Amino acid sequence: MARLKFLCDANRCIDCNACVTACKNEHDVPWGINRRRVVTINDGKPGERSVSMACMHCTNAPCAAVCPVDCFHATDDGLVLHSKEICIGCGYCFYACPFGAPQFPQATNFGSRGKMDKCTYCAGGPDADLSEAEYVRYGSNRLAEGKLPLCAEMCSTKALLAGDGEIIAQIYKERVVTRGYGSGAWGWKTAYGETITVT
Amino acid sequence: MTHGLNWIRALVVMIALVVACAPAMTRQAGAQEAGAQAVNPTAMSVQADDLLQQEGKLQGYLAQPDPKLAILEQPQGRLWRAFHESWLPWGSGILILAVVLLLGGVYLLKGPIQADEVSGIKILRFNVFERFTHWLTAISFIILALSGINYIFGKRYLLPLIGPEAFGTLSQWGKYAHNYLAWPFMLGVLFMIVVWVKDNVPQRGVDWAWLKAGGGMFNNTHPSAGRFNAGQKLIFWWVALAGIVMSVTGIMLLFPFAAFGVNGMQITQVVHSVVGFLFIAVIIFHIYIGTLGMEGAYDAMGNGEVDVAWARAHHDLWVEDQLRK
Repeated sequence: MARLKFLCDANRCIDCNACVTACKNEHDVPWGINRRRVVTINDGKPGERSVSMACMHCTNAPCAAVCPVDCFHATDDGLVLHSKEICIGCGYCFYACPFGAPQFPQATNFGSRGKMDKCTYCAGGPDADLSEAEYVRYGSNRLAEGKLPLCAEMCSTKALLAGDGEIIAQIYKERVVTRGYGSGAWGWKTAYGETITVT
Repeated sequence: MTHGLNWIRALVVMIALVVACAPAMTRQAGAQEAGAQAVNPTAMSVQADDLLQQEGKLQGYLAQPDPKLAILEQPQGRLWRAFHESWLPWGSGILILAVVLLLGGVYLLKGPIQADEVSGIKILRFNVFERFTHWLTAISFIILALSGINYIFGKRYLLPLIGPEAFGTLSQWGKYAHNYLAWPFMLGVLFMIVVWVKDNVPQRGVDWAWLKAGGGMFNNTHPSAGRFNAGQKLIFWWVALAGIVMSVTGIMLLFPFAAFGVNGMQITQVVHSVVGFLFIAVIIFHIYIGTLGMEGAYDAMGNGEVDVAWARAHHDLWVEDQLRK
């Protein structure tokens, strides 16, 4: 079984935000919800790097651990998905998430949060694959169609890689060896407990 | 077993964090000085893992207008997770069980504090507004406590019993109850402070003597007390202070990120839950002494009137004062 992961090559990311736009468009993500975003470190200074970040689908995911209603489940591919039917919008997952992935619509009074929304790795949710209910809650299910996440597919510089962890790690290693440098696998140590070392 | 391991791991992480902080700060200062002299603009200069180690978390510029998302990575979430999934359930579970066992033991071994004599004459102890204030706070507190406990223990004990769907619905209503009943609770605490603060000012001689006698619990005496004895005063001040802390942190959690970033929200949640469980422990004690633990005490908050003989025994200075009027 594949272990699906994201990997952003910050030496290639040009902060074009096409991944963000692709994601919003593909899943009809409402205003104010950012399933994916691009953060620029050292903006305007030497050593500037942009990193596209969304849910990393962590191993032993913190969001799932702290959820008071256990609305998360891990798929066979290692994806961390959640059920909006069970979610109560308490916000704990955002406090626990190292990557700021969970998003909340301002649904009700007193600033209280609606049901959590986050990157599904284009894999929908617990509803029936490719059903209307699934689309409304989680967006499209490209994985069920045999496709990979659109953000990575759309990436103009192929900075953002999605796919089996071992394969994308291999691609990244080859790049680092060929060009002679690399800023590392952003977030991998935190998300998967391992990083990519190029020797 | 896994919980025990998690706990140990969490402790190690905590200690490591504290130890790691000091050198990280000095290193950062050093890096800034070196950076001013010679920046390294080459492609090799930035390493994700080094950056994270130096700064503790990664943040930068974000095009979207949402400052909390400008944080790329905050591993502090794992520390909060350790608190929320091991320290909190274990600590609070042990605390609540200990209080219940202690009070159960006292009740079974010693039994309730008896009302010595009955005169048949009643005296008004709490007027309508005081009782309204008490029950407004009390009822909202109980529902807040139960829905609050559900956030921590629901998935561990209730979910396996009733299944995820039913538990999800129940928890959703629990969250609504927690959000809405926070307001009557805050109002109740405010009223309580206004109505009772004048009777709860510590009086050196009387209160100290009462505390030294242990409230008379162990030698069956009735040390002198005014309208509220020292124990009740302690409860009052605890409710006032913890009530304010719960209100302030609660409002912060109701309006997330209004005042704090993600690390601030984590700390707010820690304070809210720790004080919350201490609050519950104190109130369990308060409920015990006001109902099962002492004969004649409940009437004061029930219909507002107590027997003069009971009042004379427990609150002699207050009775004298009332009769003088």
